[in-house]
Amino acid sequence: MSWLTRIRPRLTGFLGRRETPDNLWHKCRACNAMVYTKEFDENLGVCPKCEFHERIGPKERFAQVFDGGVHTRLEIPAVPEDPLGFRDQKKYTDRIKAARTATSEPEAMAVATGKIGGVDAVVAVQNFAFMGGSMGLAVGEAFLTGAMAAVKARAPFIIFTAAGGARMQEGILSLMQMPRTTVAVAELREAGLPYIVVMTDPTTGGVTASYAMLGDIQIAEPGALIGFAGQRVIENTIREKLPEGFQRAEYLLEHGMLDMVVPRKDLHATLARLVELLMRQRVAA
Amino acid sequence: MTTYLDFEKPLAEAAARAAELRATGTPAGEKAAAKLDARADKAAAALYAKLTPWQRTQVARHPERPHFKDYVAALITEFTPLSGDRGFAEDAAIIGGMGRFNGRSVMVIGHEKGADTASRVKHNFGMGRPEGYRKAIRLMELAGRFGLPVITLVDTAGAYPGAEGEARGQAEAIARATQASLDLPVPMIAAIVGEGMSGGAIGLAAANRIVMFENAVYAVISPEGCASILWRGDDKAASRAAEAAEAMKLTAADLLKLGVIDRIVAEPGGAHRAPAEAIANLGAALATELAGLEGQSPAELRAGRRAKFLAMGRLI
Repeated sequence: MSWLTRIRPRLTGFLGRRETPDNLWHKCRACNAMVYTKEFDENLGVCPKCEFHERIGPKERFAQVFDGGVHTRLEIPAVPEDPLGFRDQKKYTDRIKAARTATSEPEAMAVATGKIGGVDAVVAVQNFAFMGGSMGLAVGEAFLTGAMAAVKARAPFIIFTAAGGARMQEGILSLMQMPRTTVAVAELREAGLPYIVVMTDPTTGGVTASYAMLGDIQIAEPGALIGFAGQRVIENTIREKLPEGFQRAEYLLEHGMLDMVVPRKDLHATLARLVELLMRQRVAA
Repeated sequence: MTTYLDFEKPLAEAAARAAELRATGTPAGEKAAAKLDARADKAAAALYAKLTPWQRTQVARHPERPHFKDYVAALITEFTPLSGDRGFAEDAAIIGGMGRFNGRSVMVIGHEKGADTASRVKHNFGMGRPEGYRKAIRLMELAGRFGLPVITLVDTAGAYPGAEGEARGQAEAIARATQASLDLPVPMIAAIVGEGMSGGAIGLAAANRIVMFENAVYAVISPEGCASILWRGDDKAASRAAEAAEAMKLTAADLLKLGVIDRIVAEPGGAHRAPAEAIANLGAALATELAGLEGQSPAELRAGRRAKFLAMGRLI
């Protein structure tokens, strides 16, 4: 163990404990209300004043969705990093590094196993904070890992989607994750296992046009932006302003694209009931 | 009238000069023009041998490049178009039907961009709506039930980004089309013949074998779109398309190296300049690929398709 790896956790631990005015209060992006961060966190990252569902990462999601928050993270096999040697304004490898530092996560999708309502389940969470949740090789690999773990354990696979779409910096290989993840969905189907999608804000582009729309059950969080094309692109195409609520979860529900819109506080119970109904088809009356 | 791309300026000048010489109506003029033509052909071959990715993108979009209808007219006999998604509408951007390829019944599905202003509008410039993808699914399933191999011709700037398409589930339609492709119990060959952009392309391209014209492009987003996202804030973002095209690795040669496509189809001097030759080459490539899948069981075809896409990205 090098000096750096020995000291670093302690350093970040020390910094993490410090309560600065920055994280004592949370300002709601929707209604601008100032709420105690503690209260906001206890409310599952939902504004207690206006019910706005703030984006949350895998750590918070796993804690909320598994029984008692108990879960085990699955290791995601390594994938070729920067397969195209891509650089735009910055080097792609630098962007990945920055995202890792900012999120303390290795990539934009994390997978864990645990119980939901007493039933074993595999859950994947896409992290918008990590390069917009974008789908590249690593996200594809995480999805595959989760789906295959579910097949092996004969457990349902639940995914919380959040992404701007495909990861531009991996070019065509990110596009190939669309059929690749669809293969994993086919494997789940063949194994007779439920595949449940919970769409969170935002889910757009190639992610929506592949695994995010192929669930046996389609759920979304209130107010989540869900679509294929971006709103700016659509407005430029049709040359008019889009109506309020366009591409929001409630709009999709109304248009028959979702089974239900479920507030975050009810998600655990809803998922528990769904997996129970699908996985334990007979219980003592 | 022939459309010349920016980088074809020398060819345009040569053609104009040859036309002038011919206009003299003299044998000497004709002789000089023929000589000039021959030189221009050589120059074109040299020029096309080393196009940049951005130049290839422009060739892939060339207004005189052959489209779905040209390929079908030349390669498919008894072509019988089939219409409608049975749910909402007929989408002329994605068309398909049955016919015979080298005597064998096949299902052909693809994007049609149109060839002039009226037909381009009719075909919505090859940008499919949900009903187009749903029709493709219907035709794939039909092909599957009757044992017809599926050939897709991919040529789109992307699925149509309109408001109504969103309301009808553009994303879901594409996702289901990919799913239907992967599920087919029959051989499926995809040919990237022009532009293969984004989800609009992949919905018709999750095939057993993928062939691609040497000047076609296949990418997650258009170079312009990529530039506007990744160079946001840069006031020259729009002019970064050439740079983005370079970085994205969207040419057939790059994609063959990455294992995304299986075969490059030659189109010497560009398919718009010698369409008959390009179309014949495509026919030969399709025949070879179909023959290669002959005799595989439905389970083998499905497994092969799955293995192909599962490997993508792992083995670089």
